[in-house]
Amino acid sequence: MRHLIDILELSTDEITQLLDCADEIIAHPEQYREKCRYKKMATLFFEPSTRTRLSFEAAMMELGGSVLGFSEAASSSSAKGESVSDTVAVVSYYADIIAMRHPKEGAPLVASMKSGVPIINAGDGGHNHPTQTLTDLLTIRREKGRLDNLTVGLCGDLKFGRTVHSLIAAMSRYTGTSFVLISPEELKVPSYVKTDHIKNRGIPYEQTTDLESVMPKLDILYMTRVQRERFFNEEDYLRLKDSYILTPDKLKNAKSDLAILHPLPRVNEISTAVDDDPRACYFRQANYGKYVRMALILKLLEDSGKL
Amino acid sequence: MYIDSIKNGIVIDHIIAGKALQIYSMLNLEKLDCSVAILKNVPSKKMGRKDIIKIDSVLDIDLDVLGYFSPNITVDIIMDGKLVEKKHIALPEKITDILICKNPRCITTTEQDIHHIFKLTDAENGVYRCIYCDAKA
Repeated sequence: MRHLIDILELSTDEITQLLDCADEIIAHPEQYREKCRYKKMATLFFEPSTRTRLSFEAAMMELGGSVLGFSEAASSSSAKGESVSDTVAVVSYYADIIAMRHPKEGAPLVASMKSGVPIINAGDGGHNHPTQTLTDLLTIRREKGRLDNLTVGLCGDLKFGRTVHSLIAAMSRYTGTSFVLISPEELKVPSYVKTDHIKNRGIPYEQTTDLESVMPKLDILYMTRVQRERFFNEEDYLRLKDSYILTPDKLKNAKSDLAILHPLPRVNEISTAVDDDPRACYFRQANYGKYVRMALILKLLEDSGKL
Repeated sequence: MYIDSIKNGIVIDHIIAGKALQIYSMLNLEKLDCSVAILKNVPSKKMGRKDIIKIDSVLDIDLDVLGYFSPNITVDIIMDGKLVEKKHIALPEKITDILICKNPRCITTTEQDIHHIFKLTDAENGVYRCIYCDAKA
């Protein structure tokens, strides 16, 4: 059974195919409206999420399928103490595919070991978020026309930001990539992410705490939110939450074709005054997320013989 | 110091000095009825000092786990007083239910009846990571 737990389970060729399929869906949505007729997707969200869950649900609906599930642990059987394995073993009788978000790292992998249907990791704690990475890759390719030879700046919470870890892993496979890692000292990229995906691959990178000084060299600026839910200590969160706020003034020296991405939701790390800048891609990015999830649902259902 | 040679049994040799007791406990050797000798800080040309465990019985031992605790370890199988096999143990690709993940955010902290599995991700430096959350062992 094919699942998607970690972005690196997909080869670069498979990613290209998924992005091509998403482009096709964007160009000809009417050809995909019945593809998943009579198919059901279960969205098991043990942790609150608006955007990702709605994106998955909209994706399945636009493919003609239907959706069932829950949006927080309190309304699921896990509140009664049921294990992830048992929940998934049952739900896989009711649905053809499952999208799962869970606060514990590795929960979707556990689910995939018990499931009779494909599992899509829709975010597991601060660990992985592969469909956000597919969204990011589709956005970069559509905005820049390529995935290679790009200088990618990642800014904000690089420690707990799962989207950052997955994007680094994915982009490190394309030639000519270089990274600029911008964060406070306390929220630097974990050493294993840096070692495995940057240092061991000989990819050029720099680490800094100063966003403005590196702005002119960036092709992509990936902003992230400092997430309250990842901190055990409220004091640390309050001290670090306003580390970086992107304003029109800070973009003065940026390239004219810079692409500004953000996985959303934002709090205040991008001023709303930036929204009208043509370089701000984050709302288009949210839209692309739906299309790439449609492509992924189709692929996993096809690979599992359900389509 | 002299320890009698064994007739049918196992000699776990080239253990990093100081690790023998850890291996003794991990293999549950205290539960055996046969003679078990632990030699600590034995002079060694190759290692300087090493530990050795001699077990006077042929057991089915999880060799992979030995490799994790002490790389380059050797296991000699003795039958009728003669060395019949010498096994060189390398770092195992996977370790199951020996280590516990220390990451409080890992699913293994809440999910019951789950196997604790670590995989070798960096053979050069002997780095193992939890397969669920990628935390270092």
